[in-house]
This record gives sequence, structure tokens and C-alpha cells, in this order.
Amino acid sequence: MEKTIAGKTVEVNEEGYLTDQSQWTREVAEAIAGEEGIDLTERHWAVISYLQDQHKQGVALSIRKIGKSGVIDIKEFYQLFPNGPLKISTKIAGIPKPASCI
Amino acid sequence: MKRLLILGAGTAGTMMANHLKPVLGKDEWEITIAEESKVHYYQPGYIFIPFDMYTPEEVCRPTEEFIPEGVNLVNKKIDRILPDDNKVLMEDGSEIHYDILIIATGTHPSPEETHGMLGSQWRKAIFDFYTFDGSVALRDKLRDWPGGKFVVHIAEMPIKCPVAPLEVAFLADSYFAEKGIRDKVEISFVTPMSGAFTRPKAARAFEHILVEKNIKIIPDFAVERVDNEDKKIIDYGGTEVSFDLLVTVPTNKGSAVIERSGFGDDLNYVPTHKGTLQSKVKPNIFVIGDASDLPTSKAGSVAHFEAEILTENIQRYIKGEPLMDDFDGHANCFVETGEGKALLLDFNYNQEPVEGTFPIPGVGPLRLLKESRMNHLGKLAFRWIYWNMLLKGANVPFVSSHMTEEGKKIENKK
Ligand SMILES: Cc1cc2nc3c(=O)[nH]c(=O)nc-3n(C[C@H](O)[C@H](O)[C@H](O)COP(=O)(O)OP(=O)(O)OC[C@H]3O[C@@H](n4cnc5c(N)ncnc54)[C@H](O)[C@@H]3O)c2cc1C
Repeated sequence: MEKTIAGKTVEVNEEGYLTDQSQWTREVAEAIAGEEGIDLTERHWAVISYLQDQHKQGVALSIRKIGKSGVIDIKEFYQLFPNGPLKISTKIAGIPKPASCI
Repeated sequence: MKRLLILGAGTAGTMMANHLKPVLGKDEWEITIAEESKVHYYQPGYIFIPFDMYTPEEVCRPTEEFIPEGVNLVNKKIDRILPDDNKVLMEDGSEIHYDILIIATGTHPSPEETHGMLGSQWRKAIFDFYTFDGSVALRDKLRDWPGGKFVVHIAEMPIKCPVAPLEVAFLADSYFAEKGIRDKVEISFVTPMSGAFTRPKAARAFEHILVEKNIKIIPDFAVERVDNEDKKIIDYGGTEVSFDLLVTVPTNKGSAVIERSGFGDDLNYVPTHKGTLQSKVKPNIFVIGDASDLPTSKAGSVAHFEAEILTENIQRYIKGEPLMDDFDGHANCFVETGEGKALLLDFNYNQEPVEGTFPIPGVGPLRLLKESRMNHLGKLAFRWIYWNMLLKGANVPFVSSHMTEEGKKIENKK
């Protein structure tokens, strides 16, 4: 479905994740973060670019991986993106919600 | 003489020995299987032991009973694989050379991964049921437990049989009701996932049952530590859940063999091609069952479907033919929901569990994603099928290794 974020029309799925990553911009990220009540800081951006990079390489994301990334530890990850950091940070990064294995 | 070596004689390794023995030329190929345990455990039975529905004896059989004539069982602990030398080192210092290797070393709970899990309350107020000892210890605890906060908890995904914790929550509800103490027990289900299950339709079905049974779900909970003194679990976000009895599923990790061999991922799973089951380590190394990193459920039923494809691929590999590349991640799980009922899930890499009939499309007799007594009988029959058919490599009637879309209510078909 379509949604207008930061004055831009983007395609999202029913949970609000972008379905076309080429539509992602920093402004879109800021707007999604705003909906989650998060103000993006340098630390947030560092995590977002790490996530996007991992996604590009086809790595399945997990909290454990992020804890070992060297970019951030799990504690801080939770402080930056409270209540379900993985699903919130991936939404802001414009990548699919990780399917924590079935 | 060439050697095919199987590591692990659990569900998957035992099935492979039985599948391969009749098809590999006995003058050309010797089959060896290495396993440290003398007992083969029927792990799906671990959910029933705590509630006195199965006896411990009912889930144990000698490992060797299921190893076919002519296959060489080596009852030793494996130290590591040396892929460049085509050999495996055993803990006692001996070595086994192979031409083809099948890794079937499974996965196991690793409570040491969570800070405080193995603290003073371990096996006093903290129990795991993913091991034989744990499920028996929980049974003993429950027999005279007066009630209180009963917390079923998953530490981290992936775990094998991801529905087992839900089943334990459901069975606990029935168990306490039967004992007449349900009103004294507060049951909650604490999970790192965003819902009761990752696939949306099944999650909704389970959440409905949880509500019906008055079980509280606490999602998105990534445990940081266990506080033994105040009996609570605390997540990275600071959320706390207190318990009188914590029934936890610790982080599951692949065998330490994989770690020592130096080619596993973060959780010791072996990188594996998802359609062929060939490892990404070396072409002559294959992987089956819980040991792989495939993006499907870790379950005995999955190993059963994989076994058919792997049997074919081992023969093709020997003949130098291209491998069959079509394992679809098929999983089929009965889920006990208590009160003598169960529901059934059938799904694969792409298709989430939906409603329908199984195994005969349109007929059943089993119902997908709906509770029924027939499904429960199916679950109980599974133990017989496991010992008498699955391990021996016999085909289960009507159920094929590829998932069928017939008989399923599939929306937005691609
Ligand atoms: C509580 C519970 C409920 C379950 N319910 C179901 C269900 O309803 N349906 C279903 O389909 N599945 C269920 N499962 C999952 C199922 O039991 C597993 O997926 C299945 O056993 C996987 O088979 P495997 O051969 O890969 O691993 P396993 O059967 O675990 O075998 C691995 C073997 O490797 C051996 N091994 C490991 N390391 C070494 C070493 N260093 N040296 C020597 N030997 C070693 C181990 O001793 C073990 O015997 C359940 C599991 C649990 C825990």
C-alpha cells in the first residue's frame, strides 16, 4: 500500500516497512523514527548504516549479531530503540523486518 | 573401500544410516556413524514428561537398536572435523578418515549463554525441559508445587521445535486445572519474538488460544540476566518479570564440534546450501537436521523430509551428477494445545501455515491450524511412527517431502 512519509509517497507493507528500498531517504528515516518517538542521533545513524550494509550482504539479522557487531552493544541498542529494537531499527533503516527463525 | 561417515546418531543421522545402507554398494562403501550417547532420546516426548503424561522410560531406547546391520557404530565423543584432510578427530585421539561426511550433530540448550541462568535457583526454581534430565526434574518439582507465578520463557531464537514452549504453556494450564489449583497459578509466556509465533496466521491462532486459557503473553523480551535472589528475569530494555517457577528454553547452540572445527556461524550452525543440503565448507561434506543453518524450523519432521533429498544427492554426488536443488523447507508439526486436543502446522520456506485439511487434500482426517482431538491422537501416534518408521527410513503414508498447496486455504497465491 502507499503511504506519504516526509512529503514523499512510498510503498509500505501492512506493518509499515518499506517494500522498495530505493525509496528510502534520510528524511523518510527521520519521519518513521518520529512515529516511533525516536530522535535520530549520530549513534542511531551508525546502527542504521550497519543494518543496511548487513542487509545488502544478505546476512540474517539478529540481536546476537548486533551485539557482536562492534558497532554497538545490546544494552545500548535497547536504549537507542526501546521496545523491540530490531524490528524498530530495521523499519527506520528501510529494510525488511527480520524473520527471527521459525 | 570408500567410507561415508555420519556424525551424530540422533534423529537425522540414524535416518540417513537406514536410508543409505541399502543403496550404497556394499563392496564399495563402508558406512560408519559416530555418536557419544548410548541412549536415543525421543525429544518430542520431553513436553509430556513434566505433566506425567509420558514416563521417562517411554522416551529412551538404545542407540544401537536403530543402526542397521552392517553399519559401523563408533560410540565415542567427536572432537573436531579436519575438512582439508578429510578426517575426523575423536576425543580419545583416534581418527576416522572419510570420503563423504554427513554432519548430523544437532543443537542443544546452552543455559550458560544467559547471565545468572545457572545460578543458585537452577533446578530449584529454574528448569529447562529441552533435556531429558531437565524434563524429569521439572516433573518432580511440579508434583508438589503449590502454585504461584509460572513463567514459560524463550531466551533467544532460533530454537528447535519452536512450538514446544507454547505446548508446555498449554499443557500446564490443563495440568493445573486438573489438579484443582489453576486459580492459584498465574501463567505467562515470555518470548523474544513479537508474537506467539513468527508466521502471522499461526501467531494469531496461538494468541487466540493463549487468551482463551488466560495465559499472558509478554513479547519482545530479550533476556539480559536472571536474578536468582529476587527470582526475576530482566531484559535489555529493563523490563522485569518475576517468577516462582521459571520454565526456560535456553539459547540453543549447535554442537561444540562445529565450533572446534572452525566453520560454524555465531551459534555453531553449519553454512549449508538450502536446496541441496551440501555444506558451504567442502563439496564432500553434507548437513542434515538441526545442525544446518537453513532458514526453516529445526524439527524431526524437517529432518525426515531432508533425508529423502539427501539420500538422492549422496548417490548423485558419488556418480558425479548435478545435485537435486529443491528442498523447500517443508515442516509439519503437531502442536499440543491441552485438554486432549492439538493443532497441526504444515509449511515451508515460502508458505506460512494456513488452515486446511491434511494429509489428504479436502478430506483430512487432520485439520490444519485448528484444534481437534484427532490432531492430538496424531501427535500421540507420532511416537510410534518415530520409533517404528521415521528412524528406520520408511516412508510415512501420504506425506511427501515437498509441501503440497492442495487442501490449504492460501490467500494471495504468488
Ligand atoms: C522439547 C522438544 C520437543 C520437540 N517436539 C518435536 C515435535 O513434536 N516434532 C518434531 O518434528 N520435532 C520435535 N522436536 C525436535 C526434534 O527432536 C529435533 O529436531 C530432531 O531430533 C533433530 O534431529 P538431529 O539428528 O538433527 O539432532 P539430534 O536428534 O539432537 O541428534 C544429534 C546427535 O548428535 C550427537 N552429538 C552431538 N555432538 C556430539 C559429539 N561431540 N560427539 C558425539 N556425538 C555428538 C548427540 O549426542 C545427538 O545424539 C522437539 C525437540 C524438543 C527438544
